[in-house]
Amino acid sequence: MEDNLLLQVNNISVVYSDVIQVLKGVSLVIRKGQIVSLLGSNGAGKTTTLKAISGLLKPENGKVTEGSIEYEGKGIHNSSPETITRLGIIQVLEGRQPFKYLTVEENLRVGTATRWGKPYKKDLEMVYHYFQPLVARKNRLAGYCSGGELQMLVMGRALMAHPKLLLLDEPSLGLAPFLVREIFQIVKRINEEQKTTIMLVEQNANMALLIAHYGYVMENGKIVMEEAAGNLRENPDVKEFYLGTAASGALKSYKDVKAYKRRKRWL
Amino acid sequence: MEFFLQLLIQGLSVGFLYALAALGFVMIFKSSSVLNFAHGELLAIGAFIFLAFSVWLKLPIYLSFLLTLVGTFAMGFVIERLFLRPLIGEALIEVIMLTVGLAAMFKGLLLVIFGGNLFNYPDFLPAGLTIKWGAINIPPVYVASFIIGIIFLSIFGFFFKYSSQGIYMRSVADNQPAALSLGVHVRRVFAMSWAIAALVCAISGIILGIMNGINVHDISVLGLKVFPVVILGGLESIGGAIIGGLIIGILETFTGGYVSTSLKEVIPYIVLVFILLVKPYGLFGLVEIERV
Repeated sequence: MEDNLLLQVNNISVVYSDVIQVLKGVSLVIRKGQIVSLLGSNGAGKTTTLKAISGLLKPENGKVTEGSIEYEGKGIHNSSPETITRLGIIQVLEGRQPFKYLTVEENLRVGTATRWGKPYKKDLEMVYHYFQPLVARKNRLAGYCSGGELQMLVMGRALMAHPKLLLLDEPSLGLAPFLVREIFQIVKRINEEQKTTIMLVEQNANMALLIAHYGYVMENGKIVMEEAAGNLRENPDVKEFYLGTAASGALKSYKDVKAYKRRKRWL
Repeated sequence: MEFFLQLLIQGLSVGFLYALAALGFVMIFKSSSVLNFAHGELLAIGAFIFLAFSVWLKLPIYLSFLLTLVGTFAMGFVIERLFLRPLIGEALIEVIMLTVGLAAMFKGLLLVIFGGNLFNYPDFLPAGLTIKWGAINIPPVYVASFIIGIIFLSIFGFFFKYSSQGIYMRSVADNQPAALSLGVHVRRVFAMSWAIAALVCAISGIILGIMNGINVHDISVLGLKVFPVVILGGLESIGGAIIGGLIIGILETFTGGYVSTSLKEVIPYIVLVFILLVKPYGLFGLVEIERV
């Protein structure tokens, strides 16, 4: 086994409420210091994969029924979120979940829950350094912040925990294009400067593959493709069905059976 | 004028007592959205534990008070562990029904152990606490209620506003999945809120006991006063509990003093109805923040 391995997901199956199978044998590997992106259409199982890693399946009555998840060589599948977060895996939930009735700064302070009692002033400065718009909003209730500010807030909140592995679930959701670019730049900087390993789940494949080192593509609860992000961007299937830049640019006809079949796999 | 001042000060101290009792209720509701129908019984338990320590075991008053606080705090943890934790993840109504059951159980236990008689604490409050000013004469228990109320309400106010643990507790109340994702120990927060609730209930139970004597039925019925208080102030707000408590306390004493003692129990509810007509979330209740 290579020593730069941080997380290894081995052939896991996830079942909700004992009946609904969502993941059917997902395997992936995350190396230290990388940004790994996980792409796939709605319902492919991306979020479930993240929740399986972070332990947040449990409160939703989900369970890893087969396979294993190893983090720094230790099996963490089906552990409680309290345990997993204390090992340094922090998930940023999809759809920005701020604490609406807490101020921005109080929101950030909740991020210190995994290391309660340690000083946090320096970390606040670090977060404000990455997410400058938050400084002016410090004492405002999070419920009254804009979408972009909230996305910064929830990412900053996660950073307060000093994560070794940060799981980002669709940070670009519902944001203006220029804001998306800004957020992704910050993600990249956090990865480079804080040496935080990041797993990025995205619909915005274009942006995700631009900053990621490695990428996985999921479909129907399975990984269907994995490659270095650069190669993935050049892959004709990914190009056509994800990036929307088919080589020809012309509309494909349904008579063109081969393309139809290929497309069916993606959607 | 003196009568007015007399009533006002008494009303305020009764109000602080209600506020303190309501604080425990708000705590549990804020963190876990559970309406605790066993609240009155928690007050009674606190009052009786203090009775057991101070009268039966004849321990010094300060030690009894301290032991009661420690004991009820621990009891809060145990109640949460034994009865509420198994129901985490179940429908809220089941948990609320459980507290109704708890109320019956606690009341029964207290009746078995202590019986239904009226007990009294020894007269331990220093006579120097009496406020005498012209015709105004405030008995020491009201002064004590006033002081203890202010002390504990500000301690908990600061705790929730500034301490990390307090902020974690508010985060759980606010958005549980998000709190979980950041590693907040949600079960520990629930346990903590029951423990703190049991503790403040004990304090208010003891004060009530000094004012009116200790009787299982009387104290648990008085515990229900927290309902108009918290609904008036807004279920989620500690500030609201304080204001609500003061309003109800003052209304009661003024009705009792100027109108009639028999109306005293009814007036708070009538005012409550009118305030809810204007402010359905209560005076300081959380208005749902909606983002579109």
